Amino acid sequence: MQLLADWASYLPSMLDGLRISLVIAVISIVAGYALGILLAFGVSVRLAVVRWLCLAIVEIGRGAPALVILYLVYFGLPKVGITFDSFTAACIGLSWNAAAYSSEIIRAGVQSVPRGQLEAADALGLTRRWTLLRVVAPQGLRSAIPGLMGLAIQMFQGTSLAYGIAVPELMKQAYQLGSQNFQYLQVFVLAGLVYALVSVPATWITVFFEKRLGVHRA
Amino acid sequence: MDLVNAALAVVKGLPLTLLLAVSALAIGAVGALPVSLGLQSRHIVVRLLCRLCVDLVRGIPIIVWLFVLKFGVVVGTFKLDALQSAIVGLGLVSIAYLAEIYRGGIQAVPRGQTEAAEALGLSSRTRLVHVVLPQAFTIVSPSIATYFVGLLKDTSIASTIVVAEMVFQAQSFARQNPTLAGLLPYVIAGGLYIVLSLPVAFASRRLDARLRRAVV
Repeated sequence: MQLLADWASYLPSMLDGLRISLVIAVISIVAGYALGILLAFGVSVRLAVVRWLCLAIVEIGRGAPALVILYLVYFGLPKVGITFDSFTAACIGLSWNAAAYSSEIIRAGVQSVPRGQLEAADALGLTRRWTLLRVVAPQGLRSAIPGLMGLAIQMFQGTSLAYGIAVPELMKQAYQLGSQNFQYLQVFVLAGLVYALVSVPATWITVFFEKRLGVHRA
Repeated sequence: MDLVNAALAVVKGLPLTLLLAVSALAIGAVGALPVSLGLQSRHIVVRLLCRLCVDLVRGIPIIVWLFVLKFGVVVGTFKLDALQSAIVGLGLVSIAYLAEIYRGGIQAVPRGQTEAAEALGLSSRTRLVHVVLPQAFTIVSPSIATYFVGLLKDTSIASTIVVAEMVFQAQSFARQNPTLAGLLPYVIAGGLYIVLSLPVAFASRRLDARLRRAVV
Protein backbone atom coordinates (compact mmCIF):
# COMPACT_ATOMS: atom_id res chain seq x y z
CA MET A 1 0.00 0.00 0.00
CA GLN A 2 2.86 2.33 0.92
CA LEU A 3 4.27 1.77 -2.56
CA LEU A 4 1.02 2.77 -4.24
CA ALA A 5 0.74 5.88 -2.05
CA ASP A 6 4.32 6.83 -3.00
CA TRP A 7 3.61 6.25 -6.65
CA ALA A 8 0.47 8.38 -6.43
CA SER A 9 2.58 11.21 -5.05
CA TYR A 10 5.10 10.87 -7.91
CA LEU A 11 2.45 10.69 -10.57
CA PRO A 12 1.72 14.42 -11.13
CA SER A 13 5.31 15.33 -12.05
CA MET A 14 5.69 12.08 -14.03
CA LEU A 15 2.61 12.97 -16.07
CA ASP A 16 4.02 16.46 -16.66
CA GLY A 17 7.10 14.72 -18.03
CA LEU A 18 5.00 12.35 -20.10
CA ARG A 19 3.21 15.31 -21.67
CA ILE A 20 6.53 16.77 -22.79
CA SER A 21 7.68 13.37 -24.06
CA LEU A 22 4.51 13.03 -26.09
CA VAL A 23 4.78 16.55 -27.52
CA ILE A 24 8.37 15.89 -28.61
CA ALA A 25 7.33 12.55 -30.09
CA VAL A 26 4.42 14.07 -32.04
CA ILE A 27 6.50 16.96 -33.37
CA SER A 28 9.36 14.73 -34.47
CA ILE A 29 7.02 12.16 -36.02
CA VAL A 30 5.03 14.75 -38.00
CA ALA A 31 8.09 16.75 -39.10
CA GLY A 32 10.20 13.62 -39.56
CA TYR A 33 7.70 11.73 -41.68
CA ALA A 34 7.02 14.77 -43.88
CA LEU A 35 10.74 15.13 -44.45
CA GLY A 36 10.97 11.34 -44.84
CA ILE A 37 8.56 11.40 -47.79
CA LEU A 38 10.68 14.08 -49.48
CA LEU A 39 13.88 12.15 -48.79
CA ALA A 40 12.37 8.89 -50.05
CA PHE A 41 11.91 10.48 -53.46
CA GLY A 42 14.96 12.74 -53.12
CA VAL A 43 17.41 9.83 -53.09
CA SER A 44 16.34 8.86 -56.61
CA VAL A 45 16.21 12.35 -58.10
CA ARG A 46 18.21 12.73 -61.31
CA LEU A 47 20.03 15.85 -60.10
CA ALA A 48 23.21 14.50 -58.49
CA VAL A 49 23.63 17.28 -55.91
CA VAL A 50 20.14 16.77 -54.49
CA ARG A 51 20.51 13.00 -54.58
CA TRP A 52 23.79 13.02 -52.66
CA LEU A 53 22.51 15.52 -50.14
CA CYS A 54 19.42 13.39 -49.46
CA LEU A 55 21.55 10.25 -49.23
CA ALA A 56 23.88 11.92 -46.73
CA ILE A 57 20.97 13.09 -44.56
CA VAL A 58 19.47 9.59 -44.58
CA GLU A 59 22.70 7.70 -43.95
CA ILE A 60 23.85 9.96 -41.13
CA GLY A 61 20.39 9.99 -39.56
CA ARG A 62 20.25 6.19 -39.63
CA GLY A 63 23.87 5.37 -39.02
CA ALA A 64 24.70 7.62 -36.08
CA PRO A 65 23.01 6.90 -32.74
CA ALA A 66 20.13 9.25 -31.90
CA LEU A 67 21.97 10.26 -28.74
CA VAL A 68 24.99 11.41 -30.76
CA ILE A 69 22.75 13.45 -33.04
CA LEU A 70 21.09 15.07 -30.02
CA TYR A 71 24.47 15.90 -28.49
CA LEU A 72 25.70 17.23 -31.81
CA VAL A 73 22.72 19.56 -32.15
CA TYR A 74 22.63 20.67 -28.52
CA PHE A 75 26.29 20.71 -27.45
CA GLY A 76 28.08 20.78 -30.81
CA LEU A 77 26.33 23.37 -32.93
CA PRO A 78 26.68 26.21 -30.39
CA LYS A 79 30.46 26.00 -31.06
CA VAL A 80 29.78 27.32 -34.54
CA GLY A 81 27.33 29.89 -33.28
CA ILE A 82 24.07 28.00 -33.76
CA THR A 83 22.31 27.68 -30.41
CA PHE A 84 19.01 25.96 -29.66
CA ASP A 85 17.26 25.48 -26.35
CA SER A 86 17.10 21.87 -25.23
CA PHE A 87 13.50 21.28 -26.29
CA THR A 88 14.09 22.57 -29.82
CA ALA A 89 17.34 20.62 -30.07
CA ALA A 90 15.51 17.42 -29.05
CA CYS A 91 12.84 18.03 -31.69
CA ILE A 92 15.42 18.72 -34.40
CA GLY A 93 17.58 15.71 -33.55
CA LEU A 94 14.72 13.26 -33.26
CA SER A 95 13.01 14.62 -36.40
CA TRP A 96 16.22 13.96 -38.30
CA ASN A 97 16.27 10.44 -36.92
CA ALA A 98 12.61 9.87 -37.81
CA ALA A 99 13.08 11.34 -41.29
CA ALA A 100 15.98 9.01 -42.07
CA TYR A 101 14.24 5.84 -40.91
CA SER A 102 10.84 6.72 -42.35
CA SER A 103 12.33 7.54 -45.75
CA GLU A 104 13.71 3.99 -45.93
CA ILE A 105 10.36 2.49 -44.91
CA ILE A 106 8.50 4.64 -47.45
CA ARG A 107 11.00 3.82 -50.17
CA ALA A 108 10.58 0.09 -49.51
CA GLY A 109 6.81 0.58 -49.63
CA VAL A 110 6.97 2.42 -52.93
CA GLN A 111 9.27 -0.20 -54.40
CA SER A 112 6.85 -2.93 -53.36
CA VAL A 113 4.24 -1.52 -55.77
CA PRO A 114 4.09 -4.13 -58.56
CA ARG A 115 5.62 -3.10 -61.90
CA GLY A 116 2.36 -3.99 -63.62
CA GLN A 117 0.73 -1.04 -61.89
CA LEU A 118 3.22 1.33 -63.51
CA GLU A 119 2.80 -0.32 -66.87
CA ALA A 120 -0.96 -0.10 -66.58
CA ALA A 121 -0.71 3.60 -65.72
CA ASP A 122 1.55 4.04 -68.73
CA ALA A 123 -0.88 2.20 -70.95
CA LEU A 124 -3.69 4.45 -69.73
CA GLY A 125 -1.59 7.44 -70.74
CA LEU A 126 -1.26 8.90 -67.25
CA THR A 127 1.45 11.51 -66.85
CA ARG A 128 4.45 10.78 -64.63
CA ARG A 129 3.15 13.06 -61.93
CA TRP A 130 -0.31 11.59 -61.99
CA THR A 131 1.12 8.08 -61.86
CA LEU A 132 3.17 8.99 -58.83
CA LEU A 133 0.37 10.75 -56.96
CA ARG A 134 -2.58 8.52 -57.80
CA VAL A 135 -1.05 5.10 -58.40
CA VAL A 136 2.31 4.69 -56.69
CA ALA A 137 1.88 6.86 -53.59
CA PRO A 138 -1.45 5.46 -52.33
CA GLN A 139 -0.34 1.83 -52.69
CA GLY A 140 3.21 2.41 -51.50
CA LEU A 141 2.23 4.40 -48.45
CA ARG A 142 -0.41 1.84 -47.59
CA SER A 143 2.12 -0.94 -47.32
CA ALA A 144 4.43 1.38 -45.39
CA ILE A 145 1.81 2.08 -42.69
CA PRO A 146 2.65 -0.79 -40.27
CA GLY A 147 6.35 0.08 -40.48
CA LEU A 148 5.66 3.74 -39.88
CA MET A 149 3.46 2.91 -36.88
CA GLY A 150 6.22 0.76 -35.43
CA LEU A 151 8.71 3.55 -35.98
CA ALA A 152 6.38 6.00 -34.24
CA ILE A 153 6.48 3.80 -31.12
CA GLN A 154 10.27 3.68 -31.35
CA MET A 155 10.32 7.48 -31.65
CA PHE A 156 8.18 7.82 -28.53
CA GLN A 157 10.63 5.64 -26.64
CA GLY A 158 13.49 7.58 -28.21
CA THR A 159 12.28 10.77 -26.57
CA SER A 160 13.77 9.33 -23.36
CA LEU A 161 17.19 10.17 -24.84
CA ALA A 162 16.30 13.85 -24.54
CA TYR A 163 17.13 13.22 -20.87
CA GLY A 164 20.74 13.51 -22.00
CA ILE A 165 20.26 17.14 -23.04
CA ALA A 166 18.28 18.14 -19.95
CA VAL A 167 14.79 18.31 -21.44
CA PRO A 168 12.35 17.95 -18.52
CA GLU A 169 10.65 14.92 -20.07
CA LEU A 170 9.51 11.77 -18.29
CA MET A 171 12.96 10.31 -17.66
CA LYS A 172 14.37 13.58 -16.37
CA GLN A 173 11.40 14.02 -14.04
CA ALA A 174 11.96 10.52 -12.70
CA TYR A 175 15.62 11.22 -12.13
CA GLN A 176 14.81 14.43 -10.27
CA LEU A 177 12.29 12.67 -8.04
CA GLY A 178 14.86 9.96 -7.37
CA SER A 179 17.54 12.43 -6.39
CA GLN A 180 15.13 14.07 -3.95
CA ASN A 181 14.02 10.98 -2.06
CA PHE A 182 16.63 8.35 -3.08
CA GLN A 183 13.87 5.87 -3.92
CA TYR A 184 15.51 5.30 -7.29
CA LEU A 185 14.12 1.81 -7.86
CA GLN A 186 10.51 2.84 -7.21
CA VAL A 187 10.77 5.97 -9.30
CA PHE A 188 12.42 4.37 -12.33
CA VAL A 189 10.11 1.36 -12.23
CA LEU A 190 7.14 3.73 -12.25
CA ALA A 191 8.68 5.67 -15.15
CA GLY A 192 9.16 2.39 -17.01
CA LEU A 193 5.54 1.44 -16.40
CA VAL A 194 4.35 4.81 -17.71
CA TYR A 195 6.39 4.30 -20.90
CA ALA A 196 5.08 0.73 -21.22
CA LEU A 197 1.50 1.89 -20.65
CA VAL A 198 1.78 3.97 -23.82
CA SER A 199 3.96 1.81 -26.03
CA VAL A 200 2.66 -1.71 -25.30
CA PRO A 201 -0.99 -1.01 -26.28
CA ALA A 202 0.36 0.97 -29.25
CA THR A 203 2.31 -2.13 -30.31
CA TRP A 204 -0.81 -4.26 -30.13
CA ILE A 205 -2.69 -1.74 -32.29
CA THR A 206 0.16 -1.88 -34.80
CA VAL A 207 0.01 -5.68 -34.92
CA PHE A 208 -3.75 -5.47 -35.46
CA PHE A 209 -3.27 -3.06 -38.39
CA GLU A 210 -0.51 -5.18 -39.83
CA LYS A 211 -2.85 -8.16 -39.93
CA ARG A 212 -5.73 -6.15 -41.40
CA LEU A 213 -3.62 -4.59 -44.11
CA GLY A 214 -2.08 -7.98 -44.85
CA VAL A 215 -5.48 -9.50 -45.64
CA HIS A 216 -5.88 -7.58 -48.87
CA ARG A 217 -2.35 -8.27 -50.02
CA ALA A 218 -2.62 -12.04 -49.87
CA MET B 1 45.83 18.83 -34.48
CA ASP B 2 42.48 19.25 -32.77
CA LEU B 3 41.09 16.68 -35.15
CA VAL B 4 43.73 14.13 -34.17
CA ASN B 5 43.24 14.79 -30.47
CA ALA B 6 39.47 14.52 -30.74
CA ALA B 7 39.76 11.29 -32.72
CA LEU B 8 42.19 9.82 -30.20
CA ALA B 9 39.83 10.75 -27.36
CA VAL B 10 36.83 9.13 -29.01
CA VAL B 11 38.74 5.98 -30.00
CA LYS B 12 39.65 5.47 -26.34
CA GLY B 13 36.02 4.48 -25.84
CA LEU B 14 35.94 2.03 -28.74
CA PRO B 15 36.93 -1.10 -26.75
CA LEU B 16 34.11 -0.56 -24.26
CA THR B 17 31.61 0.12 -27.04
CA LEU B 18 32.57 -3.16 -28.70
CA LEU B 19 32.59 -5.02 -25.38
CA LEU B 20 29.08 -3.78 -24.61
CA ALA B 21 27.72 -4.65 -28.03
CA VAL B 22 29.29 -8.11 -28.21
CA SER B 23 28.40 -9.18 -24.67
CA ALA B 24 24.83 -7.94 -24.99
CA LEU B 25 24.49 -9.83 -28.27
CA ALA B 26 25.89 -12.98 -26.64
CA ILE B 27 23.42 -12.74 -23.75
CA GLY B 28 20.60 -11.99 -26.16
CA ALA B 29 21.42 -14.76 -28.64
CA VAL B 30 21.43 -17.44 -25.93
CA GLY B 31 18.64 -16.09 -23.74
CA ALA B 32 16.26 -15.48 -26.63
CA LEU B 33 16.07 -19.18 -27.56
CA PRO B 34 13.98 -20.39 -24.58
CA VAL B 35 11.88 -17.23 -24.72
CA SER B 36 11.13 -17.68 -28.43
CA LEU B 37 10.07 -21.28 -27.75
CA GLY B 38 7.92 -19.98 -24.90
CA LEU B 39 6.27 -17.52 -27.29
CA GLN B 40 5.06 -20.52 -29.32
CA SER B 41 4.30 -22.83 -26.41
CA ARG B 42 1.19 -24.99 -26.55
CA HIS B 43 0.35 -23.95 -23.00
CA ILE B 44 -1.54 -20.71 -23.17
CA VAL B 45 -0.28 -19.52 -19.76
CA VAL B 46 3.37 -19.92 -20.78
CA ARG B 47 2.68 -18.29 -24.14
CA LEU B 48 0.88 -15.27 -22.70
CA LEU B 49 3.45 -14.85 -19.94
CA CYS B 50 6.31 -14.83 -22.44
CA ARG B 51 4.39 -12.46 -24.71
CA LEU B 52 3.77 -10.09 -21.81
CA CYS B 53 7.42 -10.12 -20.74
CA VAL B 54 8.71 -9.54 -24.28
CA ASP B 55 6.26 -6.70 -24.92
CA LEU B 56 7.04 -5.14 -21.55
CA VAL B 57 10.81 -5.24 -22.07
CA ARG B 58 10.44 -3.82 -25.57
CA GLY B 59 7.92 -1.22 -24.43
CA ILE B 60 10.31 0.39 -21.95
CA PRO B 61 13.17 2.55 -23.29
CA ILE B 62 16.68 1.17 -22.82
CA ILE B 63 17.73 4.19 -20.77
CA VAL B 64 15.07 3.32 -18.17
CA TRP B 65 16.38 -0.25 -17.90
CA LEU B 66 19.90 1.00 -17.41
CA PHE B 67 18.86 3.38 -14.64
CA VAL B 68 16.72 0.75 -12.93
CA LEU B 69 19.65 -1.67 -12.92
CA LYS B 70 22.28 0.85 -11.91
CA PHE B 71 20.37 2.63 -9.15
CA GLY B 72 17.70 0.14 -8.27
CA VAL B 73 19.40 -3.21 -7.84
CA VAL B 74 20.69 -3.31 -4.27
CA VAL B 75 20.80 -6.67 -2.54
CA GLY B 76 22.55 -6.27 0.78
CA THR B 77 25.92 -4.80 -0.12
CA PHE B 78 25.73 -6.00 -3.71
CA LYS B 79 25.27 -3.36 -6.37
CA LEU B 80 25.73 -3.49 -10.11
CA ASP B 81 28.41 -1.08 -11.31
CA ALA B 82 27.83 1.02 -14.41
CA LEU B 83 29.41 -1.42 -16.87
CA GLN B 84 27.59 -4.42 -15.40
CA SER B 85 24.28 -2.56 -15.49
CA ALA B 86 24.83 -1.61 -19.11
CA ILE B 87 25.70 -5.18 -20.14
CA VAL B 88 22.77 -6.70 -18.25
CA GLY B 89 20.36 -4.01 -19.47
CA LEU B 90 21.36 -4.20 -23.13
CA GLY B 91 21.42 -8.01 -22.84
CA LEU B 92 17.90 -8.06 -21.45
CA VAL B 93 16.57 -5.86 -24.22
CA SER B 94 18.42 -8.01 -26.78
CA ILE B 95 16.76 -11.14 -25.42
CA ALA B 96 13.33 -9.61 -26.04
CA TYR B 97 14.09 -8.36 -29.56
CA LEU B 98 15.94 -11.48 -30.65
CA ALA B 99 13.21 -13.75 -29.22
CA GLU B 100 10.80 -12.05 -31.59
CA ILE B 101 13.23 -12.50 -34.49
CA TYR B 102 13.77 -16.19 -33.62
CA ARG B 103 10.03 -16.77 -33.40
CA GLY B 104 9.59 -15.35 -36.88
CA GLY B 105 12.40 -17.56 -38.15
CA ILE B 106 11.04 -20.74 -36.57
CA GLN B 107 7.58 -20.04 -37.98
CA ALA B 108 9.07 -19.43 -41.40
CA VAL B 109 10.46 -22.99 -41.59
CA PRO B 110 8.06 -24.83 -43.91
CA ARG B 111 5.59 -27.10 -42.10
CA GLY B 112 6.54 -29.93 -44.43
CA GLN B 113 9.93 -30.11 -42.72
CA THR B 114 8.37 -30.89 -39.34
CA GLU B 115 5.92 -33.30 -40.93
CA ALA B 116 8.69 -35.09 -42.79
CA ALA B 117 10.71 -35.35 -39.57
CA GLU B 118 7.65 -36.75 -37.82
CA ALA B 119 7.12 -39.25 -40.62
CA LEU B 120 10.73 -40.35 -40.18
CA GLY B 121 9.94 -41.02 -36.53
CA LEU B 122 12.32 -38.42 -35.12
CA SER B 123 11.68 -37.46 -31.52
CA SER B 124 10.31 -33.98 -30.89
CA ARG B 125 13.66 -32.89 -29.50
CA THR B 126 15.57 -34.09 -32.54
CA ARG B 127 13.00 -32.45 -34.77
CA LEU B 128 13.59 -29.13 -33.06
CA VAL B 129 17.37 -29.27 -32.65
CA HIS B 130 18.37 -30.93 -35.93
CA VAL B 131 15.60 -30.01 -38.35
CA VAL B 132 13.82 -26.78 -37.40
CA LEU B 133 16.46 -24.71 -35.59
CA PRO B 134 19.26 -25.00 -38.20
CA GLN B 135 16.89 -23.85 -40.93
CA ALA B 136 15.46 -21.13 -38.72
CA PHE B 137 18.99 -19.89 -38.03
CA THR B 138 19.59 -19.58 -41.77
CA ILE B 139 16.47 -17.50 -42.10
CA VAL B 140 17.17 -15.17 -39.17
CA SER B 141 20.92 -14.60 -39.50
CA PRO B 142 20.58 -11.45 -41.63
CA SER B 143 18.02 -10.09 -39.15
CA ILE B 144 20.44 -10.79 -36.29
CA ALA B 145 23.13 -8.83 -38.12
CA THR B 146 20.71 -5.93 -38.63
CA TYR B 147 19.82 -6.09 -34.95
CA PHE B 148 23.49 -6.04 -34.04
CA VAL B 149 24.00 -2.82 -36.00
CA GLY B 150 21.15 -1.27 -34.02
CA LEU B 151 22.58 -2.63 -30.78
CA LEU B 152 25.95 -1.09 -31.56
CA LYS B 153 24.29 2.30 -31.71
CA ASP B 154 22.24 1.64 -28.59
CA THR B 155 25.42 1.07 -26.58
CA SER B 156 25.81 4.86 -26.75
CA ILE B 157 23.00 5.06 -24.18
CA ALA B 158 25.39 3.52 -21.63
CA SER B 159 27.16 6.90 -21.59
CA THR B 160 24.21 8.26 -19.58
CA ILE B 161 25.08 5.95 -16.68
CA VAL B 162 28.77 6.92 -16.95
CA VAL B 163 30.21 3.97 -18.85
CA ALA B 164 33.33 5.37 -20.53
CA GLU B 165 32.45 4.26 -24.05
CA MET B 166 32.78 6.38 -27.21
CA VAL B 167 30.03 8.92 -26.60
CA PHE B 168 31.16 9.40 -23.00
CA GLN B 169 34.70 10.06 -24.22
CA ALA B 170 33.35 12.46 -26.84
CA GLN B 171 31.43 14.30 -24.13
CA SER B 172 34.43 14.68 -21.85
CA PHE B 173 36.65 15.86 -24.71
CA ALA B 174 34.03 18.44 -25.69
CA ARG B 175 33.85 19.62 -22.09
CA GLN B 176 37.62 20.13 -21.94
CA ASN B 177 37.65 21.96 -25.28
CA PRO B 178 34.95 24.59 -25.22
CA THR B 179 36.30 26.11 -28.44
CA LEU B 180 35.41 25.08 -31.96
CA ALA B 181 37.21 21.77 -31.36
CA GLY B 182 34.30 20.80 -29.09
CA LEU B 183 32.19 20.10 -32.14
CA LEU B 184 34.62 17.54 -33.56
CA PRO B 185 34.24 14.59 -31.15
CA TYR B 186 30.50 14.30 -31.86
CA VAL B 187 31.09 14.32 -35.60
CA ILE B 188 33.87 11.76 -35.23
CA ALA B 189 31.81 9.53 -32.92
CA GLY B 190 28.87 9.65 -35.31
CA GLY B 191 31.12 8.81 -38.24
CA LEU B 192 32.76 5.98 -36.33
CA TYR B 193 29.40 4.30 -35.62
CA ILE B 194 28.61 4.46 -39.32
CA VAL B 195 32.03 3.02 -40.20
CA LEU B 196 31.64 0.26 -37.60
CA SER B 197 28.29 -0.80 -38.99
CA LEU B 198 29.61 -1.13 -42.55
CA PRO B 199 31.50 -4.44 -42.06
CA VAL B 200 28.53 -5.93 -40.19
CA ALA B 201 26.17 -4.95 -42.98
CA PHE B 202 28.64 -6.35 -45.52
CA ALA B 203 29.06 -9.61 -43.58
CA SER B 204 25.31 -9.90 -43.28
CA ARG B 205 24.86 -9.66 -47.04
CA ARG B 206 27.63 -12.25 -47.60
CA LEU B 207 26.14 -14.53 -44.97
CA ASP B 208 22.70 -14.15 -46.46
CA ALA B 209 23.91 -15.04 -49.95
CA ARG B 210 25.96 -18.00 -48.74
CA LEU B 211 23.27 -19.46 -46.52
CA ARG B 212 20.73 -19.13 -49.28
CA ARG B 213 23.02 -21.09 -51.61
CA ALA B 214 23.52 -23.74 -48.92
CA VAL B 215 19.78 -24.32 -48.57
CA VAL B 216 18.57 -24.14 -52.13
